[in-house]
Amino acid sequence: MLNVGKIEEGFVLDHIKAGKSLDIYEHLQLDKLDCTVAIIKNARSDKMGKKDILKVECDIDMLDLDVLAYIDHNITVNVIKNGEIVEKKELILPRQIKNVIKCRNPRCITSIEQELPHIFCLADAEREVYRCKYCEEKYTESAKHR
Amino acid sequence: MRHLMSPLDFTTEELDRLFDLANDIERTPGKYAHSCDGRILATCFYEPSTRTRLSFESAMTRLGGQVIGFSDAASSSASKGESVSDTIRIISCYADICAMRHPKEGAPMVAAEKSEIPVINAGDGGHQHPTQTLTDLLTIRSLKGRLDHFTIGLCGDLKFGRTVHSLINALVRYEGIRFVFISPEELRVPDYITDMLKEKQIPYEEVIRLENVMPDLDFLYMTRVQKERFFNEEDYIRLKDFYILDTAKMALARKDMLVLHPLPRVNEISVEVDDDPRAAYFRQARYGVYVRMALILTLLNII
Repeated sequence: MLNVGKIEEGFVLDHIKAGKSLDIYEHLQLDKLDCTVAIIKNARSDKMGKKDILKVECDIDMLDLDVLAYIDHNITVNVIKNGEIVEKKELILPRQIKNVIKCRNPRCITSIEQELPHIFCLADAEREVYRCKYCEEKYTESAKHR
Repeated sequence: MRHLMSPLDFTTEELDRLFDLANDIERTPGKYAHSCDGRILATCFYEPSTRTRLSFESAMTRLGGQVIGFSDAASSSASKGESVSDTIRIISCYADICAMRHPKEGAPMVAAEKSEIPVINAGDGGHQHPTQTLTDLLTIRSLKGRLDHFTIGLCGDLKFGRTVHSLINALVRYEGIRFVFISPEELRVPDYITDMLKEKQIPYEEVIRLENVMPDLDFLYMTRVQKERFFNEEDYIRLKDFYILDTAKMALARKDMLVLHPLPRVNEISVEVDDDPRAAYFRQARYGVYVRMALILTLLNII
């Protein structure tokens, strides 16, 4: 089994659905950070069979984790300080997400004005429904996990 | 600063104040003839709409204000590729309030985010047309004295008609409303509307033939059934007469039932119905001016 060492300060994102770690890497814009990132794919998991894990060594204020809840609220977020887990963050669906998903409604103003941000607002937390801020078109679950 | 993007932007209490003002304008127009002296309304219409634009222009002119604007995208800087955000920044320098119609959904909201003056959504694609809904509500309230405890029939294209969807969403905030949806199977009201009604436990029924429900209605809101909405011509020919209101169908209705229509009408209401005192659709167009006058005064904080 492959061993990846402990981090001193940062996050360990555990229980990521196998194969989704690179999407999260992209959404969290980890490529823009000058810090150590370990991407572990297809790790063995009793709970999930296979899972991905991301370890990010950075200041804990540097990451906006809101988007994670939108992508998959089953991800476990462990906050690490001095090499120890100090907090397990609960993921709550963000009220608004910006430039994470794109509005696909061809009648929406965002379809012709390219510089506009793609902003989605949480319309129904129970059903996890997000709607485009401008045209109110629903972003469907099938499109979300495409 | 406030904008109007959706009819639900105002609480029912705020709507009551707006409608009180509109009714006062109707009774004593002279009192408001100079309320907007020195003020300018910009009508930014990226697609043609004669009635809505003229209604806004009439409203501002009757308040003593001036109107500038354009009536289609070709005669605006949009044809040169200017964004809505840039256009509204410029318009903010020229006018005190803006009414915007745009074929793309959400365009007036983009404008409102960058604007230094109040923006009124005058229709954005198939999304919202709040001043039409305010017109419908003012008409009902003015002619019946209230907005609650009615059975309202909505007839025609209930699938694609944005005025219908907006009116339903606005009316569910009042008590004792019952809906009767009259449409062909192909043009039924969308599921998200009926789901919402079930959730709020608001009674409704869906029927195919108008004459069957005429005696039950306090209001009949007519919309046009367009031929191109049908899958085949045979169905259109079979069904189209169900949705044409004529004197025979009016004979089945109550004496105090009222007929509304957002206009323009094509053939869904026979001209013979126009002389019936229950035909309220031309009065409705007049209320459209009063409610826009009240809206301009409210958003400009003049009252």
